[in-house]
Amino acid sequence: MNKILLGLLLGTVLGAVDGLSAWFTPAVRAQIVGIVVGSTIKGLIAGVAIGFFARKVQSLMLGILFGLAVGFVLAFIVAQMQHGYYLEIILPGSIVGIIVGYATQRYGQAPAAPATTR
Amino acid sequence: MKFLSDKAVDRLRQNASVPDLSGTRYQLLERVARGGMGVVYAALDEMLGRRVALKVLDVPVADGDLARRLNREARVLARLEHPGIVPVHDVGTLSDGRVFYAMKFVEGQRLDKHVEAVTALPDRLRLFLRICDAVAFAHARGVMHRDLKPANVMVGAFGEVLVMDWGLAKILREPSGGGAEEDPEATILHTPEASSNADATEATQITGQGTVLGTPGYMSPEQARGDVAHLDERSDIFSLGALLRFLVTPAGNPKSNLRWRRDKTLDAICAKATASDPANRYASVSALSADVSRYLDGLPVSARKETVLEKAARFYRRYTVAILLIAAYLIVRTLILLFFHR
Repeated sequence: MNKILLGLLLGTVLGAVDGLSAWFTPAVRAQIVGIVVGSTIKGLIAGVAIGFFARKVQSLMLGILFGLAVGFVLAFIVAQMQHGYYLEIILPGSIVGIIVGYATQRYGQAPAAPATTR
Repeated sequence: MKFLSDKAVDRLRQNASVPDLSGTRYQLLERVARGGMGVVYAALDEMLGRRVALKVLDVPVADGDLARRLNREARVLARLEHPGIVPVHDVGTLSDGRVFYAMKFVEGQRLDKHVEAVTALPDRLRLFLRICDAVAFAHARGVMHRDLKPANVMVGAFGEVLVMDWGLAKILREPSGGGAEEDPEATILHTPEASSNADATEATQITGQGTVLGTPGYMSPEQARGDVAHLDERSDIFSLGALLRFLVTPAGNPKSNLRWRRDKTLDAICAKATASDPANRYASVSALSADVSRYLDGLPVSARKETVLEKAARFYRRYTVAILLIAAYLIVRTLILLFFHR
């Protein structure tokens, strides 16, 4: 699977799962739909960005760091919008970024090199 | 009357055995090794200005059985153009009547010496896969080696792996689809383990018709029985299995500091390749190398059925980082739930 598609799928699925975990927090259970939709979109954006990065930069370590950075930044924005829950949103969001960064570098397929002619 | 000393006789014998390269494009440099049929010399190809290896027959008879055999070895090599097989450049007869052929001069180490420095199992397995590539190619061209062993594999200075010494090779079929060439190797060629050593090969014997011996420990049971007519590619698969066992068995090399333990899956691959009944071995070298590749990739192999626990362990080994990351995520989520939202 190519790196962008893998990033997109993984980011979306993990984002949705991350959002669903809010169900275990009684205080926000009523807003679960909004949280899941928002978290899925956040995961999708992070996944595509990380996938693009993985296609350009072939480095496991840089891929993981980029995933961490994207996950952190997006989760921070969401936490800002929520006016709270910083640790609860940023920590798992950053780990999801690391997972997507690792997976796109490790398991994503690099684009085939163009054929050269002389 | 004065007798010559043993030393003087030895020196005379050595001088007499030096091939006369006059009239050829080659200039003798040094003696490199001794094989079953002759001696391998390093020589300079004066026309192309490069070093070559010359395999020169011991006996100055251009039409004898050994000369025919050497010519045949050169022809076999010539049909095997592959990066893992030493290429032959030239074949001919010297002015002293000895038959020779020129091949690429391989600078490197024999596999058994080279692996002493290779302590990582995957590196050894990758070496093995490259040997398999060369042998599979030869089989596809209708040639079986019949004397595969660590001493007959060279590893070059840049990591290139070359299968050497095709003197015992058997032509199974002509590439054009013609019938198999009559097998002139229906002879005993007993090659001791260290046969490439100049001293050890003095023990090489060539005896009568009907029985074939290769190298004990590396030749298949059917080859050991001298069942020449029924030898096929699976005999080489047996030798490759024995070679794999040599590469992966830590006890096989007490001198080196190997970093792995015996592995049941690799043992199963070796056992399948070296089954005494050829029907129970891998059907082809490609099937054997595919199993080794699958092992390297952390995938199940055809040689062994795993238990559920072993499957789980292999899955964990293959996806360790991903599993740990997901576990970290779940732990963080659980901790947050436990400590922040009671």
